[in-house]
Amino acid sequence: MAYSTDKITKLFPQATIEGDNIPVVTIANAQWHDLAKTLRDDADLKMDYLVTIVGMDWTTNLGCIYYLMSTTYDKIIGVKVLAEGDREQPYIQSVADLWAVATLYEREVYDFFGIIFIDNPDMRRLFLSIDWKGYPLRKDYDEDPALNPISTESERQSDFTDVYVMGADGKIQKKEERIFGKDEFVVNIGPQHPATHGVLRFRTSVDGETIKKIDVYMGYIHRGVEKLCESLMYPQTLHYMDRLDYFSAHNYHHALCMLIEKAAGIEISRRAQAIRVLMDELSRIASHCLFIGTYCMDLGATTMLFYTLRVREQILDIMEKTCGARMTFNYDCIGGVMQDLAPDFVEDVKALLATLPTNLKEYDEIFTGNVIARNRLEGVGYLSREDAISYAVTGPSGRASGWACDMRKLQPYSIYPELDFEEVIATEGDSMARYKCRLKEIEQSAKIIEQLIDNIPDGEYCVKVPKMLKLPVGSWFQVTEGCRGAFGLYLESDGSTKPYRLKIAPPCLPLAAVVDPITRGTKIADLITIGGSMDYIVPDIDR
Amino acid sequence: MEVTTKSMPYEAFKDNEYIESLVKELQESGTNVIVGSLDKLINWGRSNSIWPLTFATSCCGIEFVSLGAARFDMARFGWEVARSSPRQADFMMVAGTIVNRMVPVFRRLYDQLAEPKYVIACGSCAISGGPFRKSYHVAKGIEDIVPVDVFVPGCPPRPEAMIYGIMQLSRKIKVERFFGGVNRKQKQEEFLAAHPVPGVND
Repeated sequence: MAYSTDKITKLFPQATIEGDNIPVVTIANAQWHDLAKTLRDDADLKMDYLVTIVGMDWTTNLGCIYYLMSTTYDKIIGVKVLAEGDREQPYIQSVADLWAVATLYEREVYDFFGIIFIDNPDMRRLFLSIDWKGYPLRKDYDEDPALNPISTESERQSDFTDVYVMGADGKIQKKEERIFGKDEFVVNIGPQHPATHGVLRFRTSVDGETIKKIDVYMGYIHRGVEKLCESLMYPQTLHYMDRLDYFSAHNYHHALCMLIEKAAGIEISRRAQAIRVLMDELSRIASHCLFIGTYCMDLGATTMLFYTLRVREQILDIMEKTCGARMTFNYDCIGGVMQDLAPDFVEDVKALLATLPTNLKEYDEIFTGNVIARNRLEGVGYLSREDAISYAVTGPSGRASGWACDMRKLQPYSIYPELDFEEVIATEGDSMARYKCRLKEIEQSAKIIEQLIDNIPDGEYCVKVPKMLKLPVGSWFQVTEGCRGAFGLYLESDGSTKPYRLKIAPPCLPLAAVVDPITRGTKIADLITIGGSMDYIVPDIDR
Repeated sequence: MEVTTKSMPYEAFKDNEYIESLVKELQESGTNVIVGSLDKLINWGRSNSIWPLTFATSCCGIEFVSLGAARFDMARFGWEVARSSPRQADFMMVAGTIVNRMVPVFRRLYDQLAEPKYVIACGSCAISGGPFRKSYHVAKGIEDIVPVDVFVPGCPPRPEAMIYGIMQLSRKIKVERFFGGVNRKQKQEEFLAAHPVPGVND
């Protein structure tokens, strides 16, 4: 890592670098775009994957921390940019021209912090309505419900978006641009639509049956988890992780527990680690099973739902015996897991593993080889590897485009480095590849479970942790693998029992963002198969 | 009038004071032989084929999917015809958090449901805002937005709890009166008068 940071200091002597594990470069806004271009294009750096943009309010000033990852060298770097201007109109130069996903990430920061990104082509609010007063994640935000009352009246809609450019006189100019052309025919799909998998809304411009452009509307289940976390103690923040992507409940819990343990310097027992990994992989199987079921149901193959839910119910039974719940388990806790495994856990998991191969074969026979399925999926919704990286499409959807983005391999955590499993990668990049990747990942998860189930180490399942946990002053970042892709977490502590800022970087936000570019030119019926194959979970997008 | 619901003993429902008092009131006021028999026939048919609207915003919706699958099999009770259009549905199972931005959409969906219509608040988010109650962007319970017939607590409620909740609803439908003055309709009119929406004539 030293080499790459040396290069940055050589090219940008004004930049300061701190941190050893993940270096954080601090740079002024004026040089930020140049640095970003260097980071992305330089042959020794190649930071081509923008993991997330963390908006920050340090009360004295606002700013952003960009986390970038190199797909070639597997290194993460953070870049801290302070916003210029006063609190009324803070601004930062946009990097939407370098990373496609930045357009949406910057909109999110604008929505929460009111930081304007100069030259971003679409500077609207993302989750909140256009008439929302205040920026909720600022520390001085007024939460009075009278300011933003709940109304049953339809919210105001605008056909225009704002673009901010820097004028020659150094003043910011605001321009209005149309989202859709004046005579385009726009069809509204969602938020209440069975095929959007939750309350997501697509404003779709069509020419006959061909899609010209999609404008994704989010925020129909924006619950303000990040703000809520700031008023809760560390152990209390955990339960929100269950309710983001409810299929990755264990994985997300695992991620936040690991981050807090890393920050507090808590070592957990090997038994707890093995249990966590077992639960992660069981949820992955359950999650992919439900994906296959609902995806096939979208295409009209309702039968598959009953077959795949059979396996899911079996897994939920195993989890229920140990965790006491069918969903929202709240099982991982700081220091280990809540309680020990149920006595017949091993037996039940072995019974599951025994039935899994026959079940997978059955899925193949019913659906994968089906003529209708093949015609509707093969070659539809092609996503190239470059686009996948630029749009930060991770998880099985990214791997189906040939991008090896499994964080269990790239950023090994817990006991994954010791386990033998393959990263499922396909190169076709179409809907069929995304479906098949998930099918194959079930096999790999089963392989991991097989290795662990007979070798769960003895020992305590939870170490003693003070109930009023205080973290030292500092910031931490980590990326782990959820069921749907890279799940990033940023935690900043001011030394108290509550997080100063907890940023959740969900994998599903880019998955929804990429629907627009890959559906252009396809038929409106393909929107269902393409959107479904991305497998986004809307509460995870909105948080 | 005896209230029976298929495949569950009456004793299992005895904890529901609300319906008990409703039945008592009906028994006291009495009913016409012809009109009452017609009501009974209509209610028998309706209570055994209540169709839900597929409306799910978050976690609870997944348990609703499980409810539809083979294990919990809501087809046993005649609820399996989940409709995607509110115009064809009888009740909506509000499965998940309702946030500020969703409120107008949700209210419109409710308005689009054909009469007679029912609402089940499923899960703690729909009941009170649940774990997100203190958030800046969450409705603190759907009762302020639409009238609710049955509350099913849980986070998320188990499919068994959902079955119990919908059975309570079907039991409620069984004591309704269409011809002899509908107890329910009056309540709804009162509610709509107390919660006017500008531009909408209720």
